[in-house]
Amino acid sequence: MYASANGAESTVAGLEPVPSAQTDLSRSATARYSRATMTSSPSNTLSAPPDPTGRFGEFGGRFVPETLVPACQELEEAFDDAWSDPAFREELTQVHTQYSGRPSILTECHNLGERLGIRLILKREDLNHTGSHKINNVIGQALLAKRMGKKRIVADTGAGQHGVASATAAALMGLECKVYMGAVDVDRQALNVFRMKLLGAEVESVHSGSKTLKDAVNEAMRHWVANVSDTHFCLGSVVGPHPYPFMVRQFQSIIGDEAHAQIQEMTGAMPDLVVACVGGGSNAMGIFAGFVDEPDVRLVGVEPAGGAAVGRGTPGVVHGSRSYLMQDEVGQVEEALSISAGLDYPGVGPEHAHLAAIGRADYPNVTDDEVIAAFRLMSETEGIIPALESAHALAWLARAAPEIEGQTVLMSLSGRGDKDVAQMMDILADEMGGAG
Amino acid sequence: MADSFGRIESEFRAKRAAGRKLLVPYITGGYPGWQDAIRACAANGADAIEIGIPFSDPVMDGPVIQQASQAALDDGITPNAILDEVPNLDVEIPLTVMTYYNLVHHPGPERFAASLQRAGIVGAILPDLPLEESGPWCAAADAHGIETIMLAAPTAPDDRLPKVAARSRGFLYSVGLLGVTGERSSLAQTATDLAARLKLVTEVPVLVGVGVSNAEQAYEATRVADGVIQGASMVRRLMESGPDAVGDYVAEVRAAIDGEGSTR
Repeated sequence: MYASANGAESTVAGLEPVPSAQTDLSRSATARYSRATMTSSPSNTLSAPPDPTGRFGEFGGRFVPETLVPACQELEEAFDDAWSDPAFREELTQVHTQYSGRPSILTECHNLGERLGIRLILKREDLNHTGSHKINNVIGQALLAKRMGKKRIVADTGAGQHGVASATAAALMGLECKVYMGAVDVDRQALNVFRMKLLGAEVESVHSGSKTLKDAVNEAMRHWVANVSDTHFCLGSVVGPHPYPFMVRQFQSIIGDEAHAQIQEMTGAMPDLVVACVGGGSNAMGIFAGFVDEPDVRLVGVEPAGGAAVGRGTPGVVHGSRSYLMQDEVGQVEEALSISAGLDYPGVGPEHAHLAAIGRADYPNVTDDEVIAAFRLMSETEGIIPALESAHALAWLARAAPEIEGQTVLMSLSGRGDKDVAQMMDILADEMGGAG
Repeated sequence: MADSFGRIESEFRAKRAAGRKLLVPYITGGYPGWQDAIRACAANGADAIEIGIPFSDPVMDGPVIQQASQAALDDGITPNAILDEVPNLDVEIPLTVMTYYNLVHHPGPERFAASLQRAGIVGAILPDLPLEESGPWCAAADAHGIETIMLAAPTAPDDRLPKVAARSRGFLYSVGLLGVTGERSSLAQTATDLAARLKLVTEVPVLVGVGVSNAEQAYEATRVADGVIQGASMVRRLMESGPDAVGDYVAEVRAAIDGEGSTR
């Protein structure tokens, strides 16, 4: 078992293989969470829901202002009801099939695989409508918001991918949309800001604190406190108060569910390793969800060195849940510093904290320089420009390649790099020249 | 039962029985002049004071208190630096802290409660710690004689209010509106509505806070509630004009809620 980065005791409790019949059931997307299992105590699978207080092990919970408690309870009930309603699931599937572009394909990277000495297969979330995995979550939440009779959604965004996806879903479903984005990110992701405006969303630049994702979440929560009666908070990752970490994981688990079947078909076996980047951790949780109950599949979530909540954090409470958090010696939250706006977050989803604490997943971190190298490597060898976020996963693979030689690796390519091209043009200008 | 009340609740119940409306100003700890602002509040008719311990991510606070907190943090203020100053304040009225749960969670509820007790603090308000998550903190606070003031919100269904009130010590913080701290042009209807709902279900003193922005609104709120908490309007005066202006303002609000002066 892998030691936790925080030195927590590893345990194999809950990691025993489940009986095959149960495994088969748990693989069926529609049968996966019946109403009964949603509200009762979790089963012995790691992909089970959190306990009734919203905890995965000792992480999670609902630490929100009293004003928001009824809204969180209402959302929990509405999600529970919708998720167990075949009509809702059917509508969600239909939108994903006819609009989002699902299922996303698997691509085997022969050139890069050969270079690294591994068999590398990408889950192509970059090919989704709006360019990342974020659409999986927002379509679900927008449908839910409508079902709850909400007129508006408010969203936080880092790189702008969740903001664009939220604005897109809002346009599709006739909801008003307001997006909070840190002033630093507004500057480095100008294209996404304009994209959101084109889609009819109102973009609010946030100047408090570190002016990045953490502060955008604060401001979105403040907006929600003030507008809770007619507004749904469309949180972009597996963070926040219960039920968000669980709900967003369920909406993102389509990544893992599809990949589980696809890789079996492509390779005839389970992969040795599943790897994804982790900021809040929604694409990672989505792909992990398909493999967490496969005890022989190693799970790796790659954090940025400047935002390594699992790797360098300690347990803390911010944005509604208890999880690993980068904080100073008295508990002030530290600013994350990463080349990638989408991973510039000092916290991490509570389920990741749990998987780390019990030793089920590893959370190494990579430097900005390694990420830039990986971004170029994938572009040059495979003709795929990855999002800077996704390039973190590849950066770790490039480093770890000697230790995992010959293994079959499934990597979540969570988004495409179009949004990062302007930023990279500045960074690489001396070396490669600019657009001229 | 009366014997089991802590200092704040004993004093507040006695003052209420004597017909006095209660005034609790909020001052951001660590902001330049905060100690003198607290002394000025005490000298001008405050019944207790809420000392803010700045946190990096204050989700219940609006721009004014955010700005004061950030300035204090930028000056390097820490929770212990604030608590170390409390014995030197030399005021007679009860002092509480208002902060966010991570600053309690980080040292742990037991250590945090003990440090409040050592400093002479008798109450705590943690706006991101709702009833369901409050168990570990409340146990530690009770053991150290710290009264935990719970918040009740306009969004709460009727069956929730008695539960929140039952766990509140000192007084009950009735959130005046849907929103974060800050001044508003008028008192929201929700402020008096919620206070009236709470008065029906609890004997704990009910004080309205969030969005009570001037003497007139304080008067209006105390026609229903037992008192008011004022934060942004205090802190703005501290930032703009200094501690003396805070004292003058407290005197003005005191006069208004006592039913004196032009706001009647």
